[in-house]
Amino acid sequence: MTETNTILADTHPMKSFLRTDRIPHIWCPGCGIGTTVNAFANAIKSCSIPLDKICVVSGIGCTGRVAGYVNLDSFHTTHGRAIPFATGLKLANPELEVFVISGDGDLFAIGGNHFIHAARRNININVICVNNFIYGMTGGQLAPTTPISAKTSTSPYGNSENPFNLPFLAESSGATFVARWTTYHVKQLTRAIIKALNKKGFSFIESISPCPTVYARKNRLGIGLDIMKFYKENSTVNNKANTREIGIDFQKEIVVGDFVDI
Amino acid sequence: MEKAKRVLSGDHFIQGDIACSEGAIAAGCNFFAGYPITPASEIAERMALRQPGLGGVFIQMEDEIASITAILGAAWAGAKSMTATSGPGISLMLENIGLGMITETPCVIVNVQRGSPSTGLPTLWGQSDMMQARWGSHGDYSVIALCPNSPQEMFNLTIEAFNLSEKYRMPVFILTDAIVGHMTEKVTIPKEEDIRVYPRRYTKLPPAEYLPYKPEADLVPQMIKAGDGYHIHTTGLTHDERGYPVMTADCHHDLIWRLINKVKNNQDDIIRLEERYMDDPEIVVVSYGISSRVVIPAVMRAREEGINVGSMRLITAWPFPEERIAELSERVKGFVVPEINCGQMVREVQRSCKCIKPVTLLSHPGGDIHSPDDVYQAIAAIAKS
Ligand SMILES: Cc1ncc(C[n+]2csc(CCOP(=O)(O)OP(=O)(O)O)c2C)c(N)n1
Ligand code: SF4
Repeated sequence: MTETNTILADTHPMKSFLRTDRIPHIWCPGCGIGTTVNAFANAIKSCSIPLDKICVVSGIGCTGRVAGYVNLDSFHTTHGRAIPFATGLKLANPELEVFVISGDGDLFAIGGNHFIHAARRNININVICVNNFIYGMTGGQLAPTTPISAKTSTSPYGNSENPFNLPFLAESSGATFVARWTTYHVKQLTRAIIKALNKKGFSFIESISPCPTVYARKNRLGIGLDIMKFYKENSTVNNKANTREIGIDFQKEIVVGDFVDI
Repeated sequence: MEKAKRVLSGDHFIQGDIACSEGAIAAGCNFFAGYPITPASEIAERMALRQPGLGGVFIQMEDEIASITAILGAAWAGAKSMTATSGPGISLMLENIGLGMITETPCVIVNVQRGSPSTGLPTLWGQSDMMQARWGSHGDYSVIALCPNSPQEMFNLTIEAFNLSEKYRMPVFILTDAIVGHMTEKVTIPKEEDIRVYPRRYTKLPPAEYLPYKPEADLVPQMIKAGDGYHIHTTGLTHDERGYPVMTADCHHDLIWRLINKVKNNQDDIIRLEERYMDDPEIVVVSYGISSRVVIPAVMRAREEGINVGSMRLITAWPFPEERIAELSERVKGFVVPEINCGQMVREVQRSCKCIKPVTLLSHPGGDIHSPDDVYQAIAAIAKS
């Protein structure tokens, strides 16, 4: 770590939530993962649960690295397996407040089965999915969330497979709290994480995030800022939306909100 | 739910699988995650029946990948955890067995082996996952595997497996088979106070001084549990003593050799052998698990006929007693290795005796077992040669 980075990390307002000795992190400029971590840190800062009792479990991917930067008991597991690991942690010690923070490929391709079963069982954990519509870590391959016609390195002519509509999948699998926000909606995202924390049951939050390095580049969407502008101009807040109807089409409207809260 | 009795001291007439569950419970197992599969389902069913009354957790996961991963998570929350399956389930678990090895997570994995590969012979036995247990997950690491040959040993060795997993902070295998799992015999469960349970190696250091992967003299690091205020990080990536990822060949070198050497350097403490009729034998039969039960009648018959043959039973298949075999190979005429596979542990015997002596393999691919006469004939053939 360079000296400047040390100074910056040491004076960062979220310092106590971060492993400052691991900064600089690996994420690219403009990436939405950091924003999501910031929302998470703000959420846990404002709740009364002692930090000692909060755990973060991640799978593998750019988002999977979150576990390595939060100054909490944190577990970086294997690709797709964060949810069953979290299930073990939570059931063995229900006093722990367990978060899974991972990518869309990790949670919904290789780990999809674990997601639906954890929701079905209504395990009292909170799952935050950073959805950047692509596999960031491995260089931009097709994800189960990639919109129709979007280009990835394994869909060079445009994706022809239907993507998952994550809030609908979560709701229909039994989640008791379901929200979707973009990294433009930091306050709402933070509030949703607080709601998830206070919810006794399986909570799911989708954080739509820019991946300027691979998703934006392959689809000529500009830099991180351009994507944030897109989120601002194309998001519709509708907490009452029917999750069945909020699938995401390529560069079209993104319906955001706290859709399920039971 | 009424609080149940944890250790069911006394004499029982029970199946090997049930004895395995009771051994686990006696060792303090309070978390079981599994997925049904013949011939291991009875272990899960017993846990489903017993854990709730003991305040422990039983959960049937959606598959074996989830099962192994859940027991790793549970171990980090402070539980003593176990899963049980057969070959197809172990095949699914392999990646996360590696996660358990590199994160040094104590837990027990039971493989009640059946005829394999693939779906193979679901209801019939085999011993063909011996090498899978040793080498199955990608990469280099060491394993500890115990091979019970009776329901009584299913009880005893499951306790041992928990103790070794705590002492060496790693997943430990029970490698048994469908015969032992489904066999019903007398099992004596000792009094609770007579059961030795090795406690988790929790650190006494305060968080500021604790390094999660700094080894003690025996190369094993001390542990913590989530929620205790240590804010540790653990990862399947190559890591340093802080548990932080370090992507260098040097760090990898230190970590991987430590994982291997923590078993190798302590093998005298780990290896368990049962040697019978071994006063200066001319021939040695090396066996393990159910195959060992046909060896003794064959050895006795050969001895009655004046052949000086002994029996070495591997209670631990891994680590393999290389040095003991090497030492014997200087003195004996040859070895006989019966196993219910096409030749797995026999390779270890050959390797350890550096091929200086003949090693006769008696093999069955699964679903059958050697008769004592088969073993006798192999002994007699070496004696005559
Ligand atoms: C079993 C296994 N298969 C494949 C990989 C390679 N791999 C690493 S991360 C990843 C995809 C990550 O994508 P996502 O979950 O969307 O996270 P992101 O990097 O976009 O945050 C893949 C396929 C792996 N680590 N393990
Ligand atoms: S590749 Fe994409 S997801 Fe990964 S750090 Fe860079 S911007 Fe973020």
